[in-house]
Amino acid sequence: MTRRLAAAACILAPLCYAIALPDYLVFGSQILVMALLAISLDLLVGYAGIATLGHAAFFGAGAYVAGLLSVHGWGEPLTGVLVAACAAGALGIPIGLLTARSGTLARLMITLGIAVLLYETANRAAGITGGADGLQGMEVWPLLGVFDFDLAGKIGFAYAWCTFVLGFILARFVVKSPFGLSLEAIRDNPLRAAGIGIPVKGRLTAAFVISAAIAGAAGAVLAQTTQVVALNVLSVQLSADVLVILIFGGIGRIYGGLIGAALYMGAHHWMSGLSPVYWQFWLGLVLIACAFLAPSGIMGLMAPRAGGRDT
Amino acid sequence: MQFIGVLLDGIAYASLLFIISAGLSITMGLMQFANLAHGAFAMVGGYACVYGMNALGIPYLAMLPLAFLIAGVFGLVLELALYRRLYEASHLTQVLFTVGVLNVSAASAVFLFGAGSQPIHLPPYLQGQISFLDANISTFRLFTVVLVVAMAVVLASIVQLTRFGAQLRCAVDNRRAAIGMGINVDRLMTIAFTFGSALAGLGGALGVQLLGLDPSFAFKYLVYFLLVVVVGGAGSFVGPLLAALIVGILDTASRYYAPETGSFTLYLLMVALLVMFPNGLYGRAR
Repeated sequence: MTRRLAAAACILAPLCYAIALPDYLVFGSQILVMALLAISLDLLVGYAGIATLGHAAFFGAGAYVAGLLSVHGWGEPLTGVLVAACAAGALGIPIGLLTARSGTLARLMITLGIAVLLYETANRAAGITGGADGLQGMEVWPLLGVFDFDLAGKIGFAYAWCTFVLGFILARFVVKSPFGLSLEAIRDNPLRAAGIGIPVKGRLTAAFVISAAIAGAAGAVLAQTTQVVALNVLSVQLSADVLVILIFGGIGRIYGGLIGAALYMGAHHWMSGLSPVYWQFWLGLVLIACAFLAPSGIMGLMAPRAGGRDT
Repeated sequence: MQFIGVLLDGIAYASLLFIISAGLSITMGLMQFANLAHGAFAMVGGYACVYGMNALGIPYLAMLPLAFLIAGVFGLVLELALYRRLYEASHLTQVLFTVGVLNVSAASAVFLFGAGSQPIHLPPYLQGQISFLDANISTFRLFTVVLVVAMAVVLASIVQLTRFGAQLRCAVDNRRAAIGMGINVDRLMTIAFTFGSALAGLGGALGVQLLGLDPSFAFKYLVYFLLVVVVGGAGSFVGPLLAALIVGILDTASRYYAPETGSFTLYLLMVALLVMFPNGLYGRAR
């Protein structure tokens, strides 16, 4: 019952934000996009126990696919997101297969390496992607043929919220399914999981595909609402940021992504306004304090998990 | 640029990467600690060197051992105060903590020394070039390589020949067995961490000229240090040495001969190597 309430609160909280801060809707949609990205990462890190430093690869792939579609004459947003999610999910297959056998450190470096390879490719293929200047000239058609994306970001926010809710429900469904439980079994002990008949490699690859597809959808929504794709959607910085957001919010809890993204991006917005160096310094101190005082994140402080191992 | 010049540039770069990453290899191998903030100790050494020379007028050759000491003290204090409490924590908590340390160190560098990159004025006898095999070799690069080779020999002798080295190898191979034999692994770790930070400090001071020094140093080179350790195999010295040579020479060569590919070749090779050797070139299966 509490879990359902928490899920409902998680879905409704962004609406309260929209009512309370109607002037910051564009920023709000960015928070929702980051939250969705963090949730997709949680499927991998928190549930399947796969540490990755290259999650921006999927996000960026989704953003570029959606961006390129609309630049080249297909600006319909919903199909754009679907195609982007499929493309990112397809990218998850080779990466999942490549990293299925590796240890934590090797996995971190392989995923990081692949993300950097994609970044460099997008950077060099300036003729297609716009390179360092970003992909310009996106024309996104009205949502459902009726609602045009406005400058104040009302439709954009509603659109980002709907995607977030769908992604959230999908992620929650996945982790509660027998498939999700088998991922947790693999996380806790891959050898025993294999011993009781779980196809470890296949399940981990499937987890990669689902997570990548959600991340790709998040990237597509960002591209469509901002109508531009900057190169940093593929950057290592973004991969690291979203991992920090997730650990900060609380891993293996689905809600952690939203809470982490809201706090992190809110604090970033506020403190960077004062001075970028302040932000970096205080962020650092908070992260250090968090590692000692709240190793399982904000969610861990609020709702300790009985008996669960926080990995 | 002749081939031999590129090769020597690459070796100089590789020796810096190796001397900075050597400590990281030990701490990762010994405690499986994911220390993303290792570059911060190199930064301490670099800033100490620049500050000592420019503000206090201490000669360069005296600043190198001082940078070694200062970074070592930083490492010792941080290990005793913070790091050792997180050895048993999960990898992700360690990532959170060390990313925090990275941010604080970068912001502190901006507060103390400004956001710009730091200039260094090498003494005249280290500037200039030496002719060798029809190639002009920068004296400073040669100096760097010779110094690092000397340090590597010292390091290898300590690890191979001393009692401390034997304990260290034992603890890397099997920490539980080492504890069972009565080896004080915690103390071992403190010493290794301090020494590794000091080496990184020396590397940072040496690298101001070749790698550059600004507040984002630890972020910028983080991937390279990790690359050297993970591709080489955490816990060994030969592996990171080999990996540093691969990374240094390949990166320099691709910058000279194929600048349009950027770091593409390097990362492609890294992914390929890690897929083929998941535990690193000289790593052990865990």
